[in-house]
Amino acid sequence: MIPTQQYGEFETAWCPGCGNFSINKAVKKALSMLDLAPHRVLICSGIGQAAKSPHYLRCNCFNGLHGRSLPPAQGAALANTELTVFAESGDGCSYGEGGNHFLAAMRRNVTMTYLVHDNQIYGLTKGQASPTTAQGQTTKFQPGGVASMPFNPVAVAVTMDVPFVARAYAAEADHLADLIVQAARHPGFALVDILQPCVSFNKVNTYAWYKQRCYKLGPEYDPTDWASAMRKAQEFGDQIPIGVIYKGSRPPFEGRIDARVRRPLATSKPDLGKLAEILETYA
Amino acid sequence: MPDSSVNIVIGGEAGQGLVTVGDFLAKALVRAGYEIVVTQDYQSRIRGGHNTYAIRASHEAVFGPRETIDLLVALNAQTVSLHKDKLTARAMVLADEAIDLAGLSGLSIPFKTLCPKPIFENMAALGVLAQLLCIEPAWLEGLITETFHKKGDQVVAENLKVFADSLAWAHARNAGFSCIAPAERTEKRYFMNGNEAIALGALAAGANFCSYYPMTPSTSVAATLIDKGGQMGMLVEQAEDEIAAINMALGASYAGARVVVPTSGGGFALMVEGVSLAGMTETPVVIVLAQRPGPATGLPTRTEQGDLSMVLYAGHGDFPRAVYAPGTPEQCFDVTYRAMDQAEKWQSPVFVLTDQYLADSFRAVTPFDLSRLPRVSSPELGTDAPDRYERYADTPSGVSPRLIPGFGEHLVVLDSDEHTADGHITEDLGVRIRMVDKRMRKAAGLLADCLAPEVTGSAAPDTLLVCWGSTYGPALEAARNLREQGVDAAVMHFLQVYPLSPEHFLPTLEAARRVVMVEGNYSGQLALLIKQETGFAFKEVITRYDGLPLTAAYILERL
Repeated sequence: MIPTQQYGEFETAWCPGCGNFSINKAVKKALSMLDLAPHRVLICSGIGQAAKSPHYLRCNCFNGLHGRSLPPAQGAALANTELTVFAESGDGCSYGEGGNHFLAAMRRNVTMTYLVHDNQIYGLTKGQASPTTAQGQTTKFQPGGVASMPFNPVAVAVTMDVPFVARAYAAEADHLADLIVQAARHPGFALVDILQPCVSFNKVNTYAWYKQRCYKLGPEYDPTDWASAMRKAQEFGDQIPIGVIYKGSRPPFEGRIDARVRRPLATSKPDLGKLAEILETYA
Repeated sequence: MPDSSVNIVIGGEAGQGLVTVGDFLAKALVRAGYEIVVTQDYQSRIRGGHNTYAIRASHEAVFGPRETIDLLVALNAQTVSLHKDKLTARAMVLADEAIDLAGLSGLSIPFKTLCPKPIFENMAALGVLAQLLCIEPAWLEGLITETFHKKGDQVVAENLKVFADSLAWAHARNAGFSCIAPAERTEKRYFMNGNEAIALGALAAGANFCSYYPMTPSTSVAATLIDKGGQMGMLVEQAEDEIAAINMALGASYAGARVVVPTSGGGFALMVEGVSLAGMTETPVVIVLAQRPGPATGLPTRTEQGDLSMVLYAGHGDFPRAVYAPGTPEQCFDVTYRAMDQAEKWQSPVFVLTDQYLADSFRAVTPFDLSRLPRVSSPELGTDAPDRYERYADTPSGVSPRLIPGFGEHLVVLDSDEHTADGHITEDLGVRIRMVDKRMRKAAGLLADCLAPEVTGSAAPDTLLVCWGSTYGPALEAARNLREQGVDAAVMHFLQVYPLSPEHFLPTLEAARRVVMVEGNYSGQLALLIKQETGFAFKEVITRYDGLPLTAAYILERL
């Protein structure tokens, strides 16, 4: 096991008390449990406070554009088999701006782990509703209450038969670390939706609110049963289950890559003899 | 007496097989040693409408399309009425006997008698064309055999019989169309269009990852990469949208792939934030932009050179880039190869601008000499000093050492925010200035590597036609016609349109008595760029923006 200190200690731009701190701690612990040296890890992120996460641990980092953590993550994972790839971003970035990429990534099923810091609010832009804010919840920008229904990423992922779907709670760092380990080991696309209090802007979904509601799924729960996973995915109110909601066995995208593609692509050089044969077909 | 050149137009509805007839005939002409320029005009629909496949062929060099028609193959009656005003004095119309030729000179072909089934009408048309043009039937017979070989001997035999019967029928009619002069070339050439040459140039340079979202007229670049790239170890993925396509390519490029992203104007509009990301993160990417008329969805299947201004300024903030604009399939191959190298060498986005006309235009292409290709720049895999590695280390050239993550203990950190030398987010405004300066220093390298425009003709001509991209051929032909009329005319062709090195072209622009820019857009986008870069103002600009390619006749009428 690699000591967690290997992943470094950094000064952050996060508010005191932010759920991001315990998520960062859990990610480091998970990498250590996975025995992944920093140079074997790639974390891709989008924009927002959560998206700064890969800057706050030692690893390879592709901190790209708002909503776009998944396309580079999949591109890198397909190109480079030397890397274990994660994408990490907030709920606005992942489910709002990046919604289409989330749908496509679930369908494509490239092996990688998607960590979404889900605080049900836009923090960095000072408190607008996010795609997961509850219907009717008021914000400074939605004073009459949010009109739209919240997006349920876990239920959508289960619907799409995503091979690994988990819901976690940021304050349960050890539990979260264990879920990240399982997610990273599972072949195919893995989603870990992490409920996280925003101490600055979300006055509803507070630490106390989550503490009262979150409960861990026990050994009696069978995550391979799709129908019960759908029921658990819908459970979000007085009781919120955390843990592995669904485990499927859909074969990952990599199995469909042409056998002639030599990965990692960085080691593949053009075969001009082969190209000469191809050019002959134009004669 | 044989004619030196012929312009054959096959017209009909989408789905009637006119491309099959056109491809067969054009490829046979190339094999027989002729020069060709193919122009395809089609509508944004799958069936019906009116499409044409035009082949201009000659035993000597042809540079561009021609508007007047010598042989019109009318697969429906509409073709006759739509094109009758373009027929030359010697023209003939070939059509089924059910179609009224309206008194035009031509042949009414008894397709029903010649063909056992309507599916063979293409072969019958080819037989008649081969006889009229005096092409050695063996060229077409060979192609027919090759093409239908997979479907079995019987299919080959049936097609050959219809071809032979139709040839004999036309011979017996002694229709009297003047043959095309015999070709003299015997060396092998490729039958290839611009987009195919672009894809093959990318493969030659080691492109091994392509993410794309389909959009006419760029789709055939991806199609060629899918068809041929697998054998070369290329991974092609159809992304969910253009935004994903470029971001996925940037992730792959970061991780060590050599990437190419084909698109067209409307799709490129969506990619612009990704171009900016490539600029900030200094990630190599080659974007092939096949232009079509805009704005917005414009004329989806027609041609224009209207996206230069967008490509020059795509992305916010300042960052260096290079833009190429090939004019022939040979240039498409060479310039795409070069674009792949320049993107890697200068760690910047590089563009190849083509357009629908060039994309779909088949030519007789001189085989590429693979043995003479220079080495393409590539990143290093690892370092001996992983702790000291900085992705954005400040260097005199502005190019920082690019390592690939996962191959050693070094870490590769990229950020779309302004960043420190080791790639981490910063709001230190001093670092910001140093990073902008570092990135912009690469512009000097891109400028030093830029290709000079090619000048065909004298260095101080009476008339200098200036052009870029696919307008090359029509401009060459217009200049040749002018010289035949006694005007000392020359052509300056920009196959790289950015960056520009004024000493490459300004003396020639200033030496010419009359300088005319010829562009396929409304505003004269290259003329504006050259004025901005050098202060040289073009007094005359010939533009075309009706969706059709420029031709020599179009240029000469406006001079």
